[in-house]
This record gives sequence, C-alpha cells and structure tokens, in this order.
Amino acid sequence: MAHDNLRGRYVIAGIGHTAYGKLPGRDTVSLNVEACRHALADAGIGKDVVDGVLVKVPTSAHQFMYGQKVAEALGIQPRVGGAWDQGGAANIQLISYAIMAIDAGQCDVALVCYADNPRSGSRNVYARPRGDDAAYGWFATAAGYGMIHRRHVIEYGTRPEHFGAVAIASRKHGAQNPDAQVRSALTMEQYLQSPWVVDPLRRDDCALVSDGAAAVVVMSAKRAKSLGVAMPVPVLGFGAGQTSWEVPVRKTLTTTEAVKAGATAFAMAGVTPKEVDVAQIYDCFTITVIQTLEDYGFCAKGKGGEFVSGGRIEHGGELPVNTSGGLLSETGMPGMQLVMEGVRQMRGTARLQVPGAKVSLVSGQGGTMHTHNALILGA
Amino acid sequence: MAHSPVPTPVAPAFPTPDVNELTRPYWDGLKENRLMFQKCRCGNAWLPARRECPNCLGTEWQWTQASGKGCLISWVVYHTSYHDAFKSRLPYNVAIVELDEGPRLITNMVDANETLRGDAQVTLQVGWEGETALARFRMTD
Ligand SMILES: [Zn+2]
Repeated sequence: MAHDNLRGRYVIAGIGHTAYGKLPGRDTVSLNVEACRHALADAGIGKDVVDGVLVKVPTSAHQFMYGQKVAEALGIQPRVGGAWDQGGAANIQLISYAIMAIDAGQCDVALVCYADNPRSGSRNVYARPRGDDAAYGWFATAAGYGMIHRRHVIEYGTRPEHFGAVAIASRKHGAQNPDAQVRSALTMEQYLQSPWVVDPLRRDDCALVSDGAAAVVVMSAKRAKSLGVAMPVPVLGFGAGQTSWEVPVRKTLTTTEAVKAGATAFAMAGVTPKEVDVAQIYDCFTITVIQTLEDYGFCAKGKGGEFVSGGRIEHGGELPVNTSGGLLSETGMPGMQLVMEGVRQMRGTARLQVPGAKVSLVSGQGGTMHTHNALILGA
Repeated sequence: MAHSPVPTPVAPAFPTPDVNELTRPYWDGLKENRLMFQKCRCGNAWLPARRECPNCLGTEWQWTQASGKGCLISWVVYHTSYHDAFKSRLPYNVAIVELDEGPRLITNMVDANETLRGDAQVTLQVGWEGETALARFRMTD
C-alpha cells in the first residue's frame, strides 16, 4: 500500500541540462557538473545547501565509486550519495530515494543527476553479446525489445502503423524543440520505409544514441519556500516495479512492471489515469510506449496500438505524450529529459505547453523492460 | 623458415559458450541430440544453467532430458550484424521457444524467416557450429 502522507510535500525545485547530441572531449563527470550547475541556478540556490548527491551510473561506461567522483567534482561532501544502476528507470528511482531520505531526516537538499557520452565514446554496451546465447547470434539491446514487440503483435494484432504513430508523435514534438537532437518530423510513409535494424524494429522505432547530462534538485516544499525557490513542482506520487528475469525466460513479454509501478504511484497521488493531462512515457523503443500506456490503465491490455493512433498522443490530442520529443527525437538520454519536461508542463513553461495541465505523469524504464518507475507531478 | 605461405582469409571465430562444470551436461547432451534442462525436487524446471534453484534456492536438482517439443513464442530477424561471424548470415533469425516442460530458451529457427508463425509447434533440430552443438528448432505444424 502506497503512503499518501508524502503527497505534495516534496518538490522538484530546479532542472538543468547540457546540450544534447555529440559532445566530443567531455567526460561524464564534467557533463554531470554542468547539468548540476544549471539545475542549481534554475532553483536559485547555492550548492552549499546540497547534502545529497544521487547519480545514475553512465550506461556506456560503469566506473567504481562513480557517485563520489561526481560529488568531488561538484565540491560537495554530501551526507547521502552514491551511484545507482537499474537502467533507465534509475532517475525516477533516485528522485524517490531522495524524497525518502529527506523525509527520514538523512539529508535536506539533493541533486539527482545523470550523464553519458555513448555517441562520441563507446556504444558497445548496446551491441553486447548476451551470454552463451551469443552462439545463436543473440546480441544487442534492440533485439530484446524486438522480441517483446513481436509478441505484442502475435497476441494482439498490433499493426506497424500503431508503432509508427508513437514515433510520429515524438518526432513531431521534437521538431519544434530547438534543443532536440533530431528535428525532422516523420510521416507514416517514411516510418514504414525506414530500414530494419532488427526486424520487427525499424530504425525509427529506436531511441537515439546521445551524449549529454541532466540534473534535478529535490527538497521539501517547506524548504523550497524558505529558500525562495521560484517554481517548485510538487511530487504527488511515485512507484516502482521490477522483473529480474531476462527476456528469453520471462513468462510474459506483453505485460510490464509499469503495472506495479503505476498502481503504486497513482494510489500515492490519489489520481487516476483519466486525470492525467500530459505524459512523458519512456520511448527507448515504440513498443515501450504502447505497453506502458496499457499497463498504467489508459486503455485495455492489447488496445495500446489503437490508443496511440489518430493523433491522441500528439500535442492537441487527448493525452499529449513526450511533448519535447522523448528518446526518439529530443535525446537518447535514458530518462531525465522526460522528468524535466514533466516539470516544465507543470510550471506552464513547456514549449509545447498543454494548456491548464494540472497532473503530469512521467515513466522510466530500464534494461529490457526489467525495471519500471513512475512519477506523478502536480501543478 | 625461408618459405612463407600466401595468407588465406580466416573465417571470423564463432562465439563459443562457456562450457564449465555446471554447463557441461547441457552442451554435451546436445552433441548426442539430447536437450537437457534442470528440474528441482521442488518441481521447478529451468534454463539456462544455475547452481541454485531460483524457486526454493536449494541444490537438489537434476539434469533431465526434454522431449524436444515446444512452442515458438517470438523471434527477431537481424539486418545488422553485431559480430563478424554473423555478417555473412544476414538476415538471420533468433527466436524464443518455450519447451513443453516449461523452460524457455534462445534459439534459431531453421525454417525460412518469412514462414515463421507465432505460437507454432516446434521440435528440436540440433545444428553444429564447429565443435559446438546448438539447440535449434523447426516448425512442425
Ligand atoms: Zn527448487
């Protein structure tokens, strides 16, 4: 049972990011520092009040004691800190941990940040052999998602155009975002002609590979008031779920941990999917968006393809999704860009603002749908 | 040595499984056309090989021969190679099969990619890569 006594009592006080795309010559520690500098400036606070530094490990290059390296470069000796690995869901998990740590009196103000440079560095992690099964040619992150995508097609008859609708929405929104790495809109015809990477995944089903960093500042609503934070955005709820089975041995490929994570977050926030005005749904691959929306309860299982069609998830539609372009268009960074856009929507400062939006949902997803975290923000 | 032979192109090395004390019965079984899985006293059955049963955490399991029959859960077709040994095989498939006994495994379907069907019944057809026997499958319906 989720506790609702934290609802609205903690805020995201500041957000910051580096440029996205290709940033040669920058290591991930430096990128983290830049993002944190921007997030602190956005919150209007100095680093002297920060006593929590929670870092998601860089996906492409794990390093020993990485959280302490980042804290050192920030010149902060935190009370609570370290690096956490659960793939792309880690950012929201760390925001959740920051809130729990502050609530338990373990720290007062936390920076949560992430940086990686797989575009100018090594992208081997995304092409890695998958254990002994490499003998069968089983390589790469995309292939695991391909298995899940195909199974959704087998069980529910999901059509290529349904997956295309997800890519088209993200690309349409990214095209209007000057910070986005890819700023070209996509037509259905172009999507359907986009080359196979690992069939059933076309190139345009797959997240970008990007360098970049992003950070958020977490504190209590009370502390934000005392520090004079200009635009604090309250956290209404969060939740998590994990399957620790690899794709081949998972008993179901079509239901994800978004079921658990969403149920916990919605209960904590005291809202239902119907009340969500805008959503940032982790779109490392188009199938992820369709399954996550089903598993959160926006539509019945198997109906996600229909749900995302007809412009419903585009700006101006019933549930605008990934309004700054997501992983398919803004940056392939695993997740923090979605949190920042969720915050902007609640501040009313998004480029593609959803008018009057009061409830903003953000999802994070890690591994090959191994881990899932949900975050609900209020205005 | 005065004489040096003209170099001949060498085929890229195929990825080989890590055959060790734990996994040897699995890989040796395939060499004799037997697909083995682990079955625990608690009733749990699984692949790939583990020392401890992920259900009861005990070690009272035995290698057990599977019927070789199963069902095609999903598959992908690679149009990009992530390893030189697979370059000449593009487009090749990798599939997930669920054995009638329960465990699921990664495999290749020997059928043509465009004929594969979800939930098709399949049966074991061992294939060889060098010295390694692999558990491949073909559709039977
Ligand atoms: Zn057991």
